Amino acid sequence: MHTHADARSSHERLATGLGWFSLALGAAEIAAPRTLARLIGIPDDPRLLSVLRAFGAREIASGVGLLAQPGHPGWAWSRVGGDAIDLAFLGSAANEESSDRQRVALAALAVAGVAALDLFCARGLQDQAPSPELPRDADLHDVSVERSITVNRPIEEVYGFWKGYANLPRFMRHLESVETLGEQYTRWTAKGPAGLTLSWDAETIVDRENEWIAWRSLDNADVDNRGSVRFQQAPAGRGTEVRVHLQYSPPAGRLGRGLAWIFGEEPGQQIHEDLRRFKQLMETGEVPLSEGFGLWRPAQPAQDVDDLATLAGVAPDLVGTSARLEGGHA
Amino acid sequence: MKAACWHGRHDIQVEDVPDPQILNPRDAIIRITSTAICGSDLHLYNGFIPSMKKGDILGHEFMGEVVETGTGVANLRKGDRVVVPFPIACGHCEPCTRELYSLCENSNPNAWMGEQLWGYAPCGIFGYSHMMGGYPGGQAQYARVPFADVGPLKVPDELTDEQVLFLSDIFPTGFMAAEACGIKGGDVVAVWGCGPVGQFAIKSAYMLGASKVIAIDRFPYRLRIAAEQAGALTINYEETSVHEALREMTAGRGPDHCIDAVGLEGHAPGIKGAYDKAKTMMMLETDRPVALREAIMNCRSGGTISVAGVYGGFIDKFPMGAIVNRALTIKSGQTHVHRYMRPLLERIRSGQIDPTFIITHRLKLDEVADGYHTFLKKEDECLKVVMTP
Repeated sequence: MHTHADARSSHERLATGLGWFSLALGAAEIAAPRTLARLIGIPDDPRLLSVLRAFGAREIASGVGLLAQPGHPGWAWSRVGGDAIDLAFLGSAANEESSDRQRVALAALAVAGVAALDLFCARGLQDQAPSPELPRDADLHDVSVERSITVNRPIEEVYGFWKGYANLPRFMRHLESVETLGEQYTRWTAKGPAGLTLSWDAETIVDRENEWIAWRSLDNADVDNRGSVRFQQAPAGRGTEVRVHLQYSPPAGRLGRGLAWIFGEEPGQQIHEDLRRFKQLMETGEVPLSEGFGLWRPAQPAQDVDDLATLAGVAPDLVGTSARLEGGHA
Repeated sequence: MKAACWHGRHDIQVEDVPDPQILNPRDAIIRITSTAICGSDLHLYNGFIPSMKKGDILGHEFMGEVVETGTGVANLRKGDRVVVPFPIACGHCEPCTRELYSLCENSNPNAWMGEQLWGYAPCGIFGYSHMMGGYPGGQAQYARVPFADVGPLKVPDELTDEQVLFLSDIFPTGFMAAEACGIKGGDVVAVWGCGPVGQFAIKSAYMLGASKVIAIDRFPYRLRIAAEQAGALTINYEETSVHEALREMTAGRGPDHCIDAVGLEGHAPGIKGAYDKAKTMMMLETDRPVALREAIMNCRSGGTISVAGVYGGFIDKFPMGAIVNRALTIKSGQTHVHRYMRPLLERIRSGQIDPTFIITHRLKLDEVADGYHTFLKKEDECLKVVMTP
């Protein structure tokens, strides 16, 4: 991996340390559960040994995860969860007749110590502000995301809102515009970090009324991506089921990294949020804003309404007294 | 404007904050004329509800006068006097069209937080944490009301603020808890907790046909109000064995339905109470379900457990065996206030109930910190604090 030690936070370094610790402990649990059982003072009967082996597998999974993605709090949280299970296990093992209570207590103390480190690490990683910088080339990988939502509107209306793509920037966070160039060609423009603008041309490859729209970037586009959305009547008058599938392969270099930034570390969650705004817009005619969006600011009236809208991923034309209502239902 | 802001456990301050403004077409701005402290606000005050941020404006029981409307609000005009329901509901999603307003799928901009904790997210609620939408609350001089074409109820001039204010939450909440029991003629209903919601649950159970309502609490003045104002039989759980008393009062049958109007910060004498206190302190459970357990254990077989009290997270030692083997039904939910406002307004107007009987303290918004303290400590026989800005 091309990483520079100085670019990593202390929490990430701790995460790497914990990753190696996980691997070592996991290996011991799988390879030598009997020795380990004696060390921590529990009887080496087959039932407990198989539990230890299972714990070993879990440790190795956490360890590999931590080493591969030391900046990702999820792996550190997986260790915190594992610690809780270990403590519960030690607690019940202590009640076994042939347990060495003193050794079990020492082991529990050790686990509790590591648990504190894990918690510190996980919290620290979580609190790290999302990086405004582009991801590294080494972190680029193909992404394929599928998400769905049910919208309580007739299928014709839901399909009509997607057709032509012009409404997409109203609910897709980083999309700035989609212009129609000709019969089936469109130009997509998205905003990346630090003034970076990405643009690519796409062609519509499927457009079946009230059923299916699919598009892909043109061969000469710098960014290879494609998407589709399928519409289906939900059962018994529940509206329309919408299934979105997006794929992209970021090329190495600034453009690909920009695209990876736009989709974020959790592209699935981002599409989920986009689709939520889409549903809000269709069903209520607006994307409701709250002053306390996320945990970034207190729930107090906002003076900086534009910032609030940006934070919430809401298009400027949907905010304020003169907000445009057409397109959605109100 | 002035607003009551949360700054941490037992720390509420009145601050000058910007006036609210219209952010969405379906918003309205309300100049608040009356606002109340809810029992569920005490969970925020005690720091039990996650995702609060310093500076959050509290309050979800409020009413006032419309001063501004967005372009999408056609049914309200400047000067209209309205009561605002505490859940924010869009009126158009599938749950809203089924009158399950507190399950609105569109009103919570922070839905992802609820999805993390509960699987799916509920509606937004005024002044009740970021997980519930991060909306500023109504313990303030003004409030922005989203989806104002669906929520606020215009109230007639002949009724005072104090008569209609509780349509915003606690009267519908007590009523929905009683309604959920499916009371049939002759049924006996037991209500845990004689706070404001408990008092309205008692009254509502009688209105819906209960032959007898038994109220359980530990504060003599609350039991006295339940007996004198709401007509309940009473049990003080610090003096009497609840199980035995309920058995005797129902000739061995047990109450047909049990309402938990206590929620996540229940108290119990002795070891039962200490157990949950210890577990919550060690973060091994988040809520203390003392009243809920007792309601389940005391309900007649085949009966209903109706939970109006707020629970936020995870509980321990839940008597599932009693529920399965004795065919108990659990009903719950944040109140679908919109559904009840009109019919309950009619009951007030026709004189079937005068909700002002619960008010014990009338304060100015500036005294909000005292209000929370007095309400929490049950000082000065406090049952309900109403404030004017």
